[in-house]
Amino acid sequence: MSDSHILEAHQLVKRFGDFEAVRGIDVTIDRGESFGFLGPNGAGKTSTMRMISAVSQPTGGTISIFGLDPRTDGPEIRSRLGVVPQEDSLELELSVRHNLEMFGRYFDLPRRIVRERATELLEFTQLTERANDKVDNLSGGMKRRLTIARGLINRPEILILDEPTTGLDPQARHLLWDRLYRLKREGVTLIITTHYMDEAEQLCDRLVVMDQGSIVAEGAPRTLIERFSTREVVELRFMTDDHEEYFDRLSPFAERVEVLPDRILLYVNNGDDTLRDVHAANITPSSALVRRSSLEDVFLNLTGRSLTE
Amino acid sequence: MKVLPTTNTDVSRSRWFRSWGYHAEFYAQTWRGSVASSVLFPILYLASLGIGVGHLVSHHTGLVDGQTYLHYIAPSLLATTTMQLGEGESLWPVLAAVKWVRTYHAAATTPLEPDDILMGKLAWVATRAFVTAVLYTIIIGCFGALQSWWCLTLPFIGTLVTVAFSAPLVAYAARSQSDASFSTLYRFAFVPMFLFSATFYPLSTYPGYLRPVVQFFPLYHGVALARAAAFGQGAIAAQLGHVAVLMAMATVGIAWGRRTMRRRLTD
Repeated sequence: MSDSHILEAHQLVKRFGDFEAVRGIDVTIDRGESFGFLGPNGAGKTSTMRMISAVSQPTGGTISIFGLDPRTDGPEIRSRLGVVPQEDSLELELSVRHNLEMFGRYFDLPRRIVRERATELLEFTQLTERANDKVDNLSGGMKRRLTIARGLINRPEILILDEPTTGLDPQARHLLWDRLYRLKREGVTLIITTHYMDEAEQLCDRLVVMDQGSIVAEGAPRTLIERFSTREVVELRFMTDDHEEYFDRLSPFAERVEVLPDRILLYVNNGDDTLRDVHAANITPSSALVRRSSLEDVFLNLTGRSLTE
Repeated sequence: MKVLPTTNTDVSRSRWFRSWGYHAEFYAQTWRGSVASSVLFPILYLASLGIGVGHLVSHHTGLVDGQTYLHYIAPSLLATTTMQLGEGESLWPVLAAVKWVRTYHAAATTPLEPDDILMGKLAWVATRAFVTAVLYTIIIGCFGALQSWWCLTLPFIGTLVTVAFSAPLVAYAARSQSDASFSTLYRFAFVPMFLFSATFYPLSTYPGYLRPVVQFFPLYHGVALARAAAFGQGAIAAQLGHVAVLMAMATVGIAWGRRTMRRRLTD
C-alpha cells in the first residue's frame, strides 16, 4: 500500500443473514483528504462506516487502515481513530466535561492530559460555558458538537462522522461545518456519510455515491456534476395531479427530463433560454425555477430515484 | 488549539480495567440515589423482620436452628441483597447501554473490545458487591449475628452471589430488544426466589417434595453459604457444593455474555 493511502478497502462485503448491506465496494482514501459516502438511507453507508472504523468485521473483502488489518489490530487502529456515530450516545446524566474526561479513560490517557484536552475541545466546539451542565439539558446541536469533541479526545488521525448534521437546524449545521473545515485544515482526515447533497458538496474533496450497497459513481463533487448532469436545471410545477402528462411536450426542450411526483426537471445548459422557449411554446407552468445542477441531480440520473425519498 | 495527528498506540494497560474505571467514575458522579437500596433497605428488613417477626417466633418456637430469628435471617439477607444488586445492575442499565443510549456502542469505537466492555462491567459490579457485602457484614455483626471467623468470607460470598446473577443477566440483556421480559423475570423468578430460598425459615420447614425445588434456586446456595459462614456450621463439602453451583452460573454467564456482547456491538 502506498504511503499516502491512509485507508484501503477492497471488495468489501457485509451480509446480515440473507440481506447484503454492502456488496463488494472498493475505496481508497488519502491522508488529509475529506472523503464522503453519499446515498439515501439504507444504501449501506452505516455498515460501511462500521467496518472502516474497525468495529464490525467484513463478511468478505479486505480493509487496511494505517496499513494495519482490523481483524488482528482492531484496538491499535481504533486508538488512532475518532468516531462520531449517528446517535450521540452520550451519558445524559453526567456533565458535558465529565463526558469528555471519562471517554478519555478508554484510551488510557493520563488524567492531566485528558483535562487539558477537554478544556481545549470545549473551547473548540464552543461548549465552554456549558461545561458543567448536564448533557440532558443541551440542544441537539450542542449534543452533536459534544459528540464530535468526544471523538477528538484521542487526537485521531481520521475522524469518521456518520450523518453528522441529520436533525439539526440550518444554523447548527453551519456551525458544525465550520468546525469540520478547521479540523481538515489541521490535517485530520475526514470520512463523512450523508444523505444531504449540499453537505457532501460543502465538505468533501472526493466522494462515492452509494446505492443499494454498491458504489455507482466516484469523484470530486464538481467533476461528478459535470460528468453526470448538465450545467443547469429548470424545475417546473404544473396544476396537475400527474406531471407525467407533460413529459412528451417538454422532452424536445432538454437533454434529459425527470418527472418527480410534485415537479418536472429539465436538464439543460442554459436555463433562462429554455424557460423562454417553454413559454414561447405556450406551455405555462404554475411555477418555474432555474438552478445549477447538484449532486442530487447526479444521484437522480444514476439511480432514477431521489436522495431523500 | 492543536488537533494535529499524533500517534498514540498505547494499548498496554489492561483494557477491561479502563472500562472498570469508567464505571467507577460514573458511580462517583451518580452514587447518591443507590445508597438507600443497597444498605438502608437491608437494615430496614432486618429491623422489621428480625426484631418484629423475631419477637413472635421466639414466643412460639423459640430458637430457629439454634439461632434467634434475627440472627437466623441476618446472613440470608446478605445473600438476597447481593442477588438484588446483581439483578438491578444487569438488566435495564445494560439494555440502555446497548440500545437506548448506546454508550457501549460508543465504547466499542475505542480500543476496547466487546470482551473488555463485558469484563469491565462485571468487575465493577463485583467491586460494588464486595463493598456492599463488607458494609453489610459489619452491620449484621453489630446485631450480634456473627459467631465464627468464617464470617470473614462473607464479603466474598456476597460478591460470588452477585456475579453469579449478574453475568447471565448481562448476557441476556445484551441480546434483548426490549425490556418487556424484565419485569416478568422479577415477578416469576426473582421475587419467588427471594421469598422461597430458605431465606426466612429453614429448608426443613418445607414439605419433602418441595425441598428439591428450593434447592434448585440459585439463591438458596447463596443463603446456605452465608448462613454457614456467619455461624461457622455445616460440612465443608456441602459449602464447596454451593460455591460450585454459583461459580458455574458465573462461568456460563460470562461465556454467554461474550457471545451476546460481541454480536450486539460488532454486527
